[in-house]
Amino acid sequence: MGIKEIQEEIVDEFSMFEDWMQRYEYMIELGKSLPLIDEKYKIDGNIIKGCQSKVWVHAELEGDKLVFTADSDAIITKGIIAILIRVFSNQKPQDIIDSDTKFIDEIGLKEHLSPTRANGLVSMVKQLKMYAIAYQTQLN
Amino acid sequence: MEKTTFNPITIRKDFPILNRKVNGNPLVYFDNAATSQTPQQVIDVIVDYYSNYNANIHRGVHALSQEATDKYEQARIKIQKHFNAAKPYEVIFTSGTTHSINLVANGFSSILKAGDELIVSAMEHHSNIVPWQMLCERTGAILKVIPMSEEGELLLDEYYKLLSGETKLVFCNHVSNALGTVNPIKTIIDAAHEVGAAVLIDGAQAAPHIKADVQELDVDFYTVSAHKMCGPTGEGMLYGKEEWLNKLPPYQGGGEMIAEVTFAKTTYADLPHKFEAGTPNICGGIAFGAALDYMNAIGFKEIAAYEHELLHYATEQLLTIEGLRIYGTSKSKTSVISFNIEGIHPYDMGSILDKLGIAVRTGHHCAQPIMDFYKIPGTVRASLSFYNTKDEVDVLVAGIKRAKAMLL
Repeated sequence: MGIKEIQEEIVDEFSMFEDWMQRYEYMIELGKSLPLIDEKYKIDGNIIKGCQSKVWVHAELEGDKLVFTADSDAIITKGIIAILIRVFSNQKPQDIIDSDTKFIDEIGLKEHLSPTRANGLVSMVKQLKMYAIAYQTQLN
Repeated sequence: MEKTTFNPITIRKDFPILNRKVNGNPLVYFDNAATSQTPQQVIDVIVDYYSNYNANIHRGVHALSQEATDKYEQARIKIQKHFNAAKPYEVIFTSGTTHSINLVANGFSSILKAGDELIVSAMEHHSNIVPWQMLCERTGAILKVIPMSEEGELLLDEYYKLLSGETKLVFCNHVSNALGTVNPIKTIIDAAHEVGAAVLIDGAQAAPHIKADVQELDVDFYTVSAHKMCGPTGEGMLYGKEEWLNKLPPYQGGGEMIAEVTFAKTTYADLPHKFEAGTPNICGGIAFGAALDYMNAIGFKEIAAYEHELLHYATEQLLTIEGLRIYGTSKSKTSVISFNIEGIHPYDMGSILDKLGIAVRTGHHCAQPIMDFYKIPGTVRASLSFYNTKDEVDVLVAGIKRAKAMLL
């Protein structure tokens, strides 16, 4: 599935919930099911700055696709990462670079996060795109 | 306002913000150690200032300027009396505790020399650490730390060992913002004076709960932020003993702080104006005075007694939650409870509580050394005020239980 389709799927899922407590519950479940990052990648160099909680992200190429793994010490943050990974992992770097992130606004994620967490979300998206740019350069 | 029997339900009516809803739920405001709420009586003073006598002070020839000057200087006297300073000009208006501390730290740049020693406590807010570290970098002075116990109490025996003839300054908070510990400042001040060191006490977290008497304490500097005691943000004070304020050079140059300016030489104004360059937060100063009037009308003894009862109740109720640990268990505490639940990140807990309309603070509370001491990323902090109720504590406890069920 392409990035756009996955984003639409997530927007649909979020629209089914009645309130933000339910959405939080969903994100927590996603967070709990996030495949863990290999411990050896949980190093300071892989920490994304701008979060009150710690976030580690690791990226590697499998064939022509970029695979992300990540972890956080906070579960809601893990849920947010899980959503981003579902959208951007296993995609071609160029597709990641070309994609937009309107779905984040559509599900209302940013406005329902605290300002520090919303900043963290922006940093995470930026970091995933940076990885895509770096690996695209490598592929070229 | 006449003194009546303490009743939190009546008092709550003074605070319009407490009627609002957050995320569809009635607001439960437990972030008072970060900023207290503002009673209508203080809001009215702010509105009155801008509606009726907004003008620049001290220099104007006209009526509005005179009225504003009078009210501002009356506020200074209210603050002087509240903290029992010997002279009104020992009260310097600042933008808050951070500004007050930086003013003193900057002044000591010209007094200290390399090798002089400064002593700080292990439980300081960053605002009472960083300005002094910057001072040490500038002067070559050395910073030493009074360690603390697991309960969150300063180890005084270790403090006495640090004191020597080289000690020039000791700074410590009256009450810890992250733990709520009330520090034995009188003992700390007396011991510092024995070796000839000056003492600055950060009173930001104490002032909303304890009426400090600066003369009885014999403290050299005492700092307060108005917004933690029912006043406006961006306003506070520095108390300094006259002899010290005369010794320190001005912090900022500008209007108001001068006696005479020529291009050859400028002479500085007398206290307090020497430290009050530029147009101050006039309305803020007047409203700070009104906030003190408001709290004094209720009574600091009454406030402390009720908050103590709330603290006791909240501590007891929170400890019924399995896996909950409270950080800062000193017998001498203000109504601040810092806690974590095993396996739950404080930030997650705070986010869920917010959705339930409960405002707490999460994180390191600008006191990273304390978090490092306990080896935790942060805590959830519920800080209670005299306008909070036991019913609200029950809402918090139920909220934590609900969040815990979701998060674990």
